[in-house]
Amino acid sequence: MKKIIVMVKQVPDTANVTGDSMKEDGTVNRAALPAIFNPEDLNALEMALEIKGLTGAEVTIITMGPPKAVDILKHSLYMGADKVYLISDRKFAGSDTLATSYVLSEAIRYLGKFDLYLAGRQAIDGDTAQVGPQVAEKLGLNIVSYVRNLVEIKNENIVVEKDSDVLTEVISAWVPLLMTITSDANEPRYPNSINMLKYFRSELESNISDKDKIRYKKNGWAIPVLTFDDLGLDPDKCGLNGSPTKVHKIKSIVLKGGDLTLFENNEGGVMGLVKEIVKDYSGKN
Amino acid sequence: MGNYFNENREFLLKFINIDEVISELENGFNDNGPESLNSVEEAWEWYGMLLDNAGKIATDFIWPRAESVDKSGARFKDGDVEWADGTKENMDVLADAGLMGGTLEKKYGGLHLPIVINNVIIEMISQADASLMNLFGLQDIAVTIQKFGTEEQKNRVLPKFASGEVSGAMSLTEPDSGSDLQTVKLRGIEKDGKWYLNGVKHFITNGGGDVHLVLARTEEDQNDGRGLSMMLYEKDENLIVRRIEEKLGIHGSPTCELQYNMAECELVGKRRFGLIKYMMSLLNGARLATSAQALGIAQAAFEEAVKYSNERIQFGKKIVNFPAVYQMLNRMEVEIETSRLLLYNAALAVDEHEMFEKRAARGEIVRPELKKAATLSNFLTPLGKFVCTELSNSIAYDSLQIHGGVGYIKDFPIERLYRDARITNIYEGTTQLQVVAAIGAVTSGFFFYLISDTLDINISSLNDEKEQILGFVNEMEDITGRVKELDSKEFLDFVANYLIEMASVVYRLALYLPVAEKFPEKRKLFKFFLTDSKGKSAYLISRITALIENYGSEIGMLKDNFLNN
Repeated sequence: MKKIIVMVKQVPDTANVTGDSMKEDGTVNRAALPAIFNPEDLNALEMALEIKGLTGAEVTIITMGPPKAVDILKHSLYMGADKVYLISDRKFAGSDTLATSYVLSEAIRYLGKFDLYLAGRQAIDGDTAQVGPQVAEKLGLNIVSYVRNLVEIKNENIVVEKDSDVLTEVISAWVPLLMTITSDANEPRYPNSINMLKYFRSELESNISDKDKIRYKKNGWAIPVLTFDDLGLDPDKCGLNGSPTKVHKIKSIVLKGGDLTLFENNEGGVMGLVKEIVKDYSGKN
Repeated sequence: MGNYFNENREFLLKFINIDEVISELENGFNDNGPESLNSVEEAWEWYGMLLDNAGKIATDFIWPRAESVDKSGARFKDGDVEWADGTKENMDVLADAGLMGGTLEKKYGGLHLPIVINNVIIEMISQADASLMNLFGLQDIAVTIQKFGTEEQKNRVLPKFASGEVSGAMSLTEPDSGSDLQTVKLRGIEKDGKWYLNGVKHFITNGGGDVHLVLARTEEDQNDGRGLSMMLYEKDENLIVRRIEEKLGIHGSPTCELQYNMAECELVGKRRFGLIKYMMSLLNGARLATSAQALGIAQAAFEEAVKYSNERIQFGKKIVNFPAVYQMLNRMEVEIETSRLLLYNAALAVDEHEMFEKRAARGEIVRPELKKAATLSNFLTPLGKFVCTELSNSIAYDSLQIHGGVGYIKDFPIERLYRDARITNIYEGTTQLQVVAAIGAVTSGFFFYLISDTLDINISSLNDEKEQILGFVNEMEDITGRVKELDSKEFLDFVANYLIEMASVVYRLALYLPVAEKFPEKRKLFKFFLTDSKGKSAYLISRITALIENYGSEIGMLKDNFLNN
């Protein structure tokens, strides 16, 4: 196991949705939601780092997104990733999963061959779980999705547990291989102090002034950005052009809580609770 | 998902000036390379990230494990020590996060942080689990090796501390040598050019640790502190852990009785300097860390009190509404905040002392600065421990009181906090010994020089308050003068804790004045502290006055009733 690549994504923190999270036109108000590292991508990164610990493999991270996504690349470096790349271009805006997997797979091709390709099971904004499998398809890789545990690694062979609704499959597979990882797989590590020291000054290459360029590159603080032109992409397969998925309509749904009944912690209260449950299930008083 | 590194801690850091210290630690910002800091601003950016990360780990990882660590505790198993499961997990996470080598130099894999910053990390970890601090904070012995060890010793041992591969033990006390370390008996024996340890130590925190700094008697003919040397011992089969103590609190931290059987070791530094130079340096660091530990416990106890008093309803309302309750809460908040500022200043003084020591070693002429920094750090370190560890106990006490009956059972964290706090004012020098260490600065007048220096600031909106503080200073100077006039050491020792208590109040007021000046929202807190201090100061003065009038130099008679023949 020499080289691992992990696909990650910056997402709006949908766990902290507030009243102004959606705009009037039904699109996500990104300004109102803090941007975070997609949780299961952290599990994928953690698995890559665990394998790095076992085998000494080099861990590369890529993300497609706006320049602000540099934050999760830096976080990846703090956790122990070796190389990071931002895939960014205005032409990628509005990509659905098909367009995204096209860009990502081309970016991976551009970066070379890897032994292991990892991604989180799904992102918390779209919840499609499609990008990982689509990248595998485009790169002609075998895939194990829903990986919940890394059992063993022996040279080119990897044994994992895969989650299904009713059972856990234990799968032995050979690299090259793409796996999507679930949140059960591990506890992502905290950033490391020395890594933070090494990389907190990191900047996107495109943002570094000419005067600083040599120093930033020498110190490993320059984060490469791969654009549409760098990757030589087909415009019809990127962004809105390349996205057959069209949102038909968005409804804003306000969830209403039912009435709340409090029961005292005494005999009368318990009786009241029992009556309420009986009524709920039988419809009788 | 919270974070102990919140606004309270962050904003207070802005009231100490560590820029010069940072510059010294970072070699004047002259280094190049990915791990070199190039300005004070960069340093603060990185420190902020570190503290934020440590705060998250403390809140999200360590605190949830504290109850089980307390319950299972460290265990004695097959002649060795086994940490509680939670303790192991905590130490692993801290090591992986690279927080172990806080003040070690970067060339050994450390972070080379100012002590001030490292102490904030220690405080937050202690807030989550006080017992963990004893293991985490013991990495401090590595700093002593860094200071006095040979290059070979440093290269061999320090990287292992920084990576968390090894843990340490500070092996000083013996059954008959607790506060009085001069009487240590464990022998350091030289044979064929090698050193060996032979004898027993007890009350050794983490005695099963991998690397020990041991205080040993190497000079057979010398019975006092000058016959002691510091030895570096790396664990092998010649160390036996005889047992571990069952303690009131900090159950996660194993306290061991050790037997060294002609265990091979190495001398650190020079013979005979073990206690008088090296251990004193080690103990000062340990005292700062213990103060931070105590403050962390106090913070946790305070937060539990606020939480519970907002949940508990009696007589138809939340108990936080009762004056008897919010009186206690106000005192807690004020004591914690002002003591934290005092502790930051104490740590800064130690940082500055080390900075001037390094400059002097380079041949710079810094004698007066070095001397002042030494006096200041030797005063503020015990003063900080006196204040922080006593308030930790009183705040845990009041917090438990606010919890009422449920505070006395194990369902709420306050029961553990109350037990954990109790050791802080005992180990690393009791409160009574901190008073002994600090009182000289009051009687010599250094304290009054320090306080006028601290108050030598431009104040626009709190002038009356400043005058009041100056009034306290004058009163304190008067009463100190009256005590000195008696010319009785017995009497001075009898009232020394009252004087130090006053000094702590007056000094914290002076430190907090600029905070209240700059942040109007802090004035309420300041005003409460000033009000409280007025009463305390008057009480202490009248008490000392009465003792002078009623007993004076005859104070020794008060022990007669208790002397057994």
